[in-house]
Amino acid sequence: MKYLCVVKKYHKIMGGFLSSSIGKKIAMALSAFFLMFFILQHFAINILSVINPDTFNEVSHFMGTNPLVQFALQPVLIFGVIFHFAMGFVLEFKNKSSRKIGYAKNNGNANSTWMSRNMIYSGGFILVFLVIHFIDFWIPELNIKYVVGDNSGLLEDGSGYRYFEELQHKFVPLWRVGLYCVGFIFLSLHLLHGFNSAFQSVGANNKFTKSLKGFGIAYAIIIPLGFIVIALFHFFNNTH
Amino acid sequence: MNLTLQIWRQENAKTEGKIVEYPIQDISPDMSFLEMLDVLNRQLITTGDSPVAFDHDCREGICGSCSLYINGEAHGPDRLVTTCQLHMRKFKDGDTIFIEPFRAEAFPVIKDLIVDRSAFDRIQHAGGFISVNTSGNTQDGNSIPISKHDADEAMDAATCIGCGACVASCKNSSAMLFVGAKVSQYALLPQGQIEATDRVQNMVAQMDLEGFGNCTNTGACEVECPKGISLENIARMNRELIKASLKS
Repeated sequence: MKYLCVVKKYHKIMGGFLSSSIGKKIAMALSAFFLMFFILQHFAINILSVINPDTFNEVSHFMGTNPLVQFALQPVLIFGVIFHFAMGFVLEFKNKSSRKIGYAKNNGNANSTWMSRNMIYSGGFILVFLVIHFIDFWIPELNIKYVVGDNSGLLEDGSGYRYFEELQHKFVPLWRVGLYCVGFIFLSLHLLHGFNSAFQSVGANNKFTKSLKGFGIAYAIIIPLGFIVIALFHFFNNTH
Repeated sequence: MNLTLQIWRQENAKTEGKIVEYPIQDISPDMSFLEMLDVLNRQLITTGDSPVAFDHDCREGICGSCSLYINGEAHGPDRLVTTCQLHMRKFKDGDTIFIEPFRAEAFPVIKDLIVDRSAFDRIQHAGGFISVNTSGNTQDGNSIPISKHDADEAMDAATCIGCGACVASCKNSSAMLFVGAKVSQYALLPQGQIEATDRVQNMVAQMDLEGFGNCTNTGACEVECPKGISLENIARMNRELIKASLKS
């Protein structure tokens, strides 16, 4: 009974909190922190394909077969991605309805950056990119592991792990490399505002904010640029 | 200076409005923007037209009454000034100037350039106050030690005149800079601690009820605010709401 009361109280607090505009904003920021951490670890693994293909294969195999990663972290990631996009669209819809008649003349450049005013568009393009990325990598991966039932991670001839080979193969068509580059440019634009915006949303505006802004800009440029370098590296060094 | 004015004209809240063009001549660069509108209205009255309705009161940048969106910016192109402190020297001879009301669903147009900003009053009523003992034994506020830093920040937040430029500038029509300032001015002082939990929850709830949009941290409000209210106040309000949610 005592447990039930605690649960009810939790739902009342969280329900009230999340129904407020600030609660939604904080939830959006928390999902952004999670996704930014995920992107960082994704990059750390992918860059191994440039530095050392064998290590890349081993880490990929670990991530692809470890039960904790597959059945605990992966569902959290999927939830985080869906939540971030869904909440983004919900907030955008509400924001648009808060001013039904626009200005005849509006000088947005005078007081804010293009990135900050167009998060929904950069985010929308990232969503399109993610859908293609899922079709390209994630769905075939699920098919091999859970439909075909092959968890060995080996090539068909059994000569070694398949991950690096598959990665290189994906970056043969120019259109896909181009799409990846454009996708990461939009991710960079999104992060240029989103990184520091997330900290502001959770109330972190203090003496460290200036330094954090610099770090945020560096993160928003270096990580997407790194992904572009990886795509171009495999395009130009393709053995297929 | 000879100018072309593109002004939003709207008879009342129920009718549709439109931009109407008015040429105006012989404007002195030393005139304030509102004086220029006074000249226009004198012309309109002389020719039998209806004068342009606009809000104004102190004309000293204190009251927060004037509320014009000039050439795509709240209070015009100058920084840290209200419309009444904007001077015509900021414009060039031959310029076309767009003059519109502050736009937000929570700020409905009453007539021409005048909008109803009573939503701000209702937010204030929801929690922008402190309890004071009126029994005659009230402690003198000056006898309570407050750090210089906190006193300065509270004073900075309290300089908000509630003009609504933050809402008008925000692409989402968010009122969070206003509410952040009002929450902050009490949150930083000992007198504000008694109602701290209810204050932020009630003011944010009222803000949402009024139909303002969500803050996406573009920072436009901070840039356009005539009193230089900082985004730190929004961050503080967010922290106050987290604290209040955990406490309540």
